[in-house]
Amino acid sequence: MEAAASLANVNMHLRPVPDPKPPPKAAQRDTVPSIAELERWATVLRIDCVRMLAVAKSGHLDSSLSAADIVAALYYRVLRHDPDEPEWAERDRFVLSKGHAAPIQYAALAQHGYFPLRDLMGLRQIGAHLQGHPDMNRTPGVEVSTGSLGQGLSMSLGIALALRLDGLDSTSQVFALLSDGDCQEGQTWEAAMASSHFGVGNLTAIVDYNHLQTDGTTEEVMDIADVRAKFEAFDWDAVEIDGHDMNQVIEALERSRTLDHPAAIVCQTRKGRGVSSMESRFGFHGKPPSAEQAEEALSELEATLERQTAALDATADDSPGGEG
Amino acid sequence: MPAEAKTEPIATRHGYGDALVDLGEAHEDVVALDADLAVSTQSMKFGRKFPERFFNVGTAEANMMSMACGLAATGKRPYCSTFAVFAAGRAYDQVRLGIAHNELPVRIGASHGGVSLGEDGASHQMIEDIALMRAMPNMQVIVPADYNQAYRATAESYDSDRPMYMRFGRPSTPIVYESIPETLGDGVDVLRHGKDITLIACGHMVWRALEAAESLEREDGVEAEVLNVAIVKPVDTETILESISKTGVAVTAEEHRVVGGLADAVRQVAAEEHPVPIFPVGMGDEFGISGTGEACMEHFGLTPRGIADRAREALVLKPIVSHPPLIGPEWT
Repeated sequence: MEAAASLANVNMHLRPVPDPKPPPKAAQRDTVPSIAELERWATVLRIDCVRMLAVAKSGHLDSSLSAADIVAALYYRVLRHDPDEPEWAERDRFVLSKGHAAPIQYAALAQHGYFPLRDLMGLRQIGAHLQGHPDMNRTPGVEVSTGSLGQGLSMSLGIALALRLDGLDSTSQVFALLSDGDCQEGQTWEAAMASSHFGVGNLTAIVDYNHLQTDGTTEEVMDIADVRAKFEAFDWDAVEIDGHDMNQVIEALERSRTLDHPAAIVCQTRKGRGVSSMESRFGFHGKPPSAEQAEEALSELEATLERQTAALDATADDSPGGEG
Repeated sequence: MPAEAKTEPIATRHGYGDALVDLGEAHEDVVALDADLAVSTQSMKFGRKFPERFFNVGTAEANMMSMACGLAATGKRPYCSTFAVFAAGRAYDQVRLGIAHNELPVRIGASHGGVSLGEDGASHQMIEDIALMRAMPNMQVIVPADYNQAYRATAESYDSDRPMYMRFGRPSTPIVYESIPETLGDGVDVLRHGKDITLIACGHMVWRALEAAESLEREDGVEAEVLNVAIVKPVDTETILESISKTGVAVTAEEHRVVGGLADAVRQVAAEEHPVPIFPVGMGDEFGISGTGEACMEHFGLTPRGIADRAREALVLKPIVSHPPLIGPEWT
């Protein structure tokens, strides 16, 4: 009885997402996805996250949602990567220093065909390859294992230096996605100091500054205050943007590649972005949504997706083949 | 190999530093990192020769270990050098997740292990690193006995695809191996044959165990077998079992806590496969103190005399089923 009920629950979350167009493969991409398309992909990834967490009944949903726009921008437009050849030597590298947001990276990897979409439903379950935090030896597309905060920027610096030794630093950029918590770990600032000291020009640190952590707001728990100024003090090129404004995200990411300096992009974001009942609300960190919360979140995100898809279709009708 | 065996006392860390240079010469993918101790750890020799492949991160050991993870994940063979206390203690979590969990070919060259570093005292005297690194999944633990073996351990480490912790020491220590051994092999060498008791040692305690064996023979007529365990994890059980099943009793000797290190590695083998009494020489539940390296070793009984006395105790308690207890002249 109970098993049947939980199966029904699972199926409910597994219903098809409207209009899941196959994503273009980066290596053979003929058109660059427009801002509106990227925004729509961010919604697709958010929906995947809600479904994964609803089935897993475990994980960090709100931390994944705040990073959705950044991750969509990276995987659908900025990163040079090839799902058919995950070990391609000249690829860009993405390191999820905030490893607890693994679902958003898993969604992006699955949508790009690094592994089947159905694997997403195995998140955090015994025998499945999708671990609670990213694992480089289990999941294709994961560069290094993370999950203990503060280590990702150092790992990314190591990768950037190895690429430089191989003469690939002008082609391959390393993007590290950091959380508020990463910025509270002292090691992040060891890495910040070392990155400018070693003069790496192929390293971008993206901070998903969503102002909420496990025990409260960052302002209450441990104020990391002006993160941009902190990176600047370590001689980084540092900018601050709205991490949910796709135009700003793309511009900052693309610009960071052109610099011969380590680059920090501090993204002001809202935890739980895209789900109004969760957005910037304390108390969801590390807590999976209940079945009702998941349903509510899915309804809202699917409505968003339909609206975004309709707008895209209308644009396509107006200007066939246009880039938007 | 261009390396020359040493004959005069010299620190094991020099074996590491010299081999690292030769590895750099032979392999383009070898990179080295240090945390402002390159002169002490001897990685500076590599740094001078291959400045573009050497990264001194300053006093930031956590950053160093995670950087090594990134370098190894991108095809390099990193060698991270610092004092044992920082390598295994301060940067434990970075070693654990980034290196051991990822099964990356990173080598940690941990110098100044144990109390023999002397004057700097308890804050710097690492006496629990072998225990920490033995407990860490996927980590190999190497403790060479002298310069020549340290050279071989380092040179050979390149061929391993797995994470490795190598412990070296500060003071000059006598040479145990006349030439640079061709290999570490299974990691346990019988340095002296005997039938009455097995002395099992690692690192700086190996030459002391050999001296202890001599004094046991001279003063007590006891024939002690001496084993050098250079690979503490994974430990080769075969040689140890062969010896303890012959002698029926053993003393272990390490410059380390008697918990979690060589003593426990040997006790585990014995308990599971051939239970005989194992008597440890090492550090009890206490920290080190300042003094010259030799004075510190004396203070904690980490001496040939300390090993020999422990062996005499052990022989008294040695089960009668194995051999009749041996009573030396001073006991009668």
